[in-house]
Amino acid sequence: MKQAYFIRRLIMFFVVVVLAATLNFIIPRLAPGDPIGAVLEELRARGASTGGDAEDEIVAAYRARFGLDQPIQIQYFRFLFNTLRFDLGYSISYYPQKVEAALLRSLPWTVGLLAISTLLSFAAGSFFGAMMAWPRAPGVMQRFVPMFMVLSAVPYYLLGLILVYIFAFVMRLLPLGGAYSSGTVPRLDLDFLLDVIRHGILPALSILLTSVGFWALGMRGTMVTVLGEDYLTLAEAKGLPDRRIFFAYAMRNALLPQVTSLAIALGTVASGSVLVEVVFNYPGIGWLLYNALRSSDYYMVQGVTFFLVLTVAVSVLIVDLIYPLLDPRIER
Amino acid sequence: MSQDIALQVNNLRVSYKTGGQEVKAVDDVSFKLYAGERLGIVGESGSGKTTLALALMRLHKPPASIEGGEALLDGRDLLALDREEMRSTRWSKLSLIPQGSMNSLNPVIKIKHQMADAIEAHERGWTKSEISKRIWHLLGRVGLPESVAEMYPHELSGGMKQRVCIALAIILEPSVIIADEPTSALDVVVQRVVMQTLNDVQAQLNAAMIIIGHDMGLMAQSADRLAVMYAGKMVEVSPIGSFFKDPQHPYSKLLISSLPSPEEKRELAGIPGSQPSLLELPSGCAFHPRCPVAVDHCKQVIPELRDISGDRRAACHLVEDQAS
Amino acid sequence: MIETFLRRSKAAGSYILRTPKLLLGLVLLSSLLLLGLLGPQFVDVEKARPISVKPSQPPSAEYPLGTDSGGRDVLAVIIVGTPQTLRMGLLAGIVGVVLGTSLGLIAGYFGGRIDMIISTATDTMLTIPPLAILLVVAASVRTMSVENMALIIALLSWMFPARTIRAQVLSLREQPYVHMARLAGLSDIRIIFEEIMPNILPLAAASFVGATSGAILAGIGLEVLGMGPQRTPTLGMTIYWAQLYSALIRGLWWWWLPPILVLIVLFVGLFLVSAAMDEFVNPRLRKTG
Repeated sequence: MKQAYFIRRLIMFFVVVVLAATLNFIIPRLAPGDPIGAVLEELRARGASTGGDAEDEIVAAYRARFGLDQPIQIQYFRFLFNTLRFDLGYSISYYPQKVEAALLRSLPWTVGLLAISTLLSFAAGSFFGAMMAWPRAPGVMQRFVPMFMVLSAVPYYLLGLILVYIFAFVMRLLPLGGAYSSGTVPRLDLDFLLDVIRHGILPALSILLTSVGFWALGMRGTMVTVLGEDYLTLAEAKGLPDRRIFFAYAMRNALLPQVTSLAIALGTVASGSVLVEVVFNYPGIGWLLYNALRSSDYYMVQGVTFFLVLTVAVSVLIVDLIYPLLDPRIER
Repeated sequence: MSQDIALQVNNLRVSYKTGGQEVKAVDDVSFKLYAGERLGIVGESGSGKTTLALALMRLHKPPASIEGGEALLDGRDLLALDREEMRSTRWSKLSLIPQGSMNSLNPVIKIKHQMADAIEAHERGWTKSEISKRIWHLLGRVGLPESVAEMYPHELSGGMKQRVCIALAIILEPSVIIADEPTSALDVVVQRVVMQTLNDVQAQLNAAMIIIGHDMGLMAQSADRLAVMYAGKMVEVSPIGSFFKDPQHPYSKLLISSLPSPEEKRELAGIPGSQPSLLELPSGCAFHPRCPVAVDHCKQVIPELRDISGDRRAACHLVEDQAS
Repeated sequence: MIETFLRRSKAAGSYILRTPKLLLGLVLLSSLLLLGLLGPQFVDVEKARPISVKPSQPPSAEYPLGTDSGGRDVLAVIIVGTPQTLRMGLLAGIVGVVLGTSLGLIAGYFGGRIDMIISTATDTMLTIPPLAILLVVAASVRTMSVENMALIIALLSWMFPARTIRAQVLSLREQPYVHMARLAGLSDIRIIFEEIMPNILPLAAASFVGATSGAILAGIGLEVLGMGPQRTPTLGMTIYWAQLYSALIRGLWWWWLPPILVLIVLFVGLFLVSAAMDEFVNPRLRKTG
């Protein structure tokens, strides 16, 4: 029974990954822009190409280099095989850079900014939500509810624009965008770290403010359910101090379903990053995807989208496999 | 009879307020609980017996609220204690074996921590190893192996969980234990065994115990005295022997005649009609619409719970005083 | 079954009057609707076209919200753009919910192999991050219009309604009156339309509000990234143009702030209505709210 579930989940995971890879192969080929044409235009703009035979040769060379001269089904199977062993090919606009290299270069920024703000927001929101449901919490907690509701309805990048205007443009307290000051070279020292933190405050704040309500409202819901459980009555009957009841009995149990959402949220971090990174010029995965789309960089788009689907699929898989362990009430 | 009184409840009233209406779930209930005795409280669901148990520990949840009365334990009124006093009184003086013991243990904490935190909350000044020894000792007393201490609730069967709850209830040697339908979720064989364990540990401790339930058979096995509740009121309190031999209140008589008897094979009688909604209680005696012997007087005047003989009380106009 | 529906509607009506959420949400949404309907009576919407007024002017008596650097009256743009954004969201919401409801109904009612295929497809689609796919699809479309965008978004927003409706139909299918209808020899079509439909309509309505809100969110996301309808001045496109021409660091706050504020009002309104409808459909939520 348990084994069957395990296998079923793995098969589904594999189907999702192959399906995503296939969609990735098909959709960009329907796109209007021609990648080679885009490269040529760039060459022309730089005055490096004058057209004519030389240009045809370049086109043919490029097509052969990227395998675009092969029949479509060969292209597809080669693509599928390469994708599944995470060989995502060369970037067309940044040739000869490999797509996975660009991904690895952008990943730390996305993970750093979004994972940290997601975790902070989860911790703060869950605590607030638990307090909002706690009958012996100060009455002010209830006043946060409408504020959280309004904030959670606002798209984070729109709030981000307002924050940039106030804190970066009007008050000039923080930088307008980017991950670090232009002109500095990334290195591991305190100055650079502080610079990175200064650049991260506004994007992180806009994510934090708009998502904290989601966690708070979700936590309040599960907390209300847990507060009605028999084991809470017994905890109170035992004469336990309020702190112990709140943390070890109520919050700890109410957090279980929240953890599922957290894992999924962390998995979608990368795909949720596109807008915030574009608004803040932040050099992460989202920024990479956006630029690849603008310059019709097939392989880059394919690689990044595949990576995004993969992160979500992996986190959903992990949640599904781990949840029965986290929650003993699930029948095993 | 001059016994020590462990708990004395006077004129306790608990009501639920919903949608502008007030429902008296426990209406003017008074009783004494003697040290070392087992008092059974029976009644149909909705008769107020569980509300009574929770109110005594002040664990009732809104919209329920205590409207009046007192509950004296060691000369102090539980209902008048402040929050912190009540917290430290719970479990050290007055413990609970909960109704839904299937779900009464925290699913994510090991048994030993759920037992230890009860001790730690009451600052007995025990060392870690003393606490562990106490836990092992108690698990042994309710017939569980020491290894249970390291387990999570979902690794235990229903009967084992119930035993853990019993061990937990006596961990601080309280003077009063309230057992709220302690065996309702167990199958019949396990019920008898668990009940026996409960009676044994209670007797060793010489604690007073209130057993709430609706299983007359279990009550006959365990209780010393029996109190019957109907629509929020106590209608009869009698020693168990005389209750079964000669029930006084018409409702008690119907309860007993509805029991299956091992000697004679007859149809279960059941009790005609159903308990009235607390929102629309009949006038006079709440039982009169179902009462086979009701007279006009019963429809107008609410009968008081009064002494009818030395150790028996009943709330019925038609029960005659028996000189003792 | 019509009576059930009427009774439910009546219950819904009395619930509306008791909950401030729904009322407030409806007030916010209808004020935006009025802006789009009555605005053209007071403001010359021709000035929403590029180079129709003096560019980059701060708010004044003539142009209450100033003008952008493309020579458009921002107030006129807002009045023209708000209904366009609403239209996109409603269109995507309707298509998505109709699609999702039909699939959920078929999967839940017929079960078996059909159910397995639809459920697997739903679960698979739910795992794929929608924005990434939207971006790739949107980038492949030659000329983006409001309708195109609504369709693309709808194709990625049917999964949630499909899943909720399927679950509901699964439990409805086992109701005694459905069994009775089947025993009485009613055809599947009649059972679906007469016995099941009335009971899932409230749920479909509630997910419609959620789907519309999600569609607008996705649409604004695409537009802010520059993949929206280039020739229609929707709210998202206005923000995109403002971004593209660096309105923020040029201090032209009257250009980008009004569309953001209108969007915030819109999202809060939709959120309130959706939360209130969820509470109505699922009364257990009411106690906590």
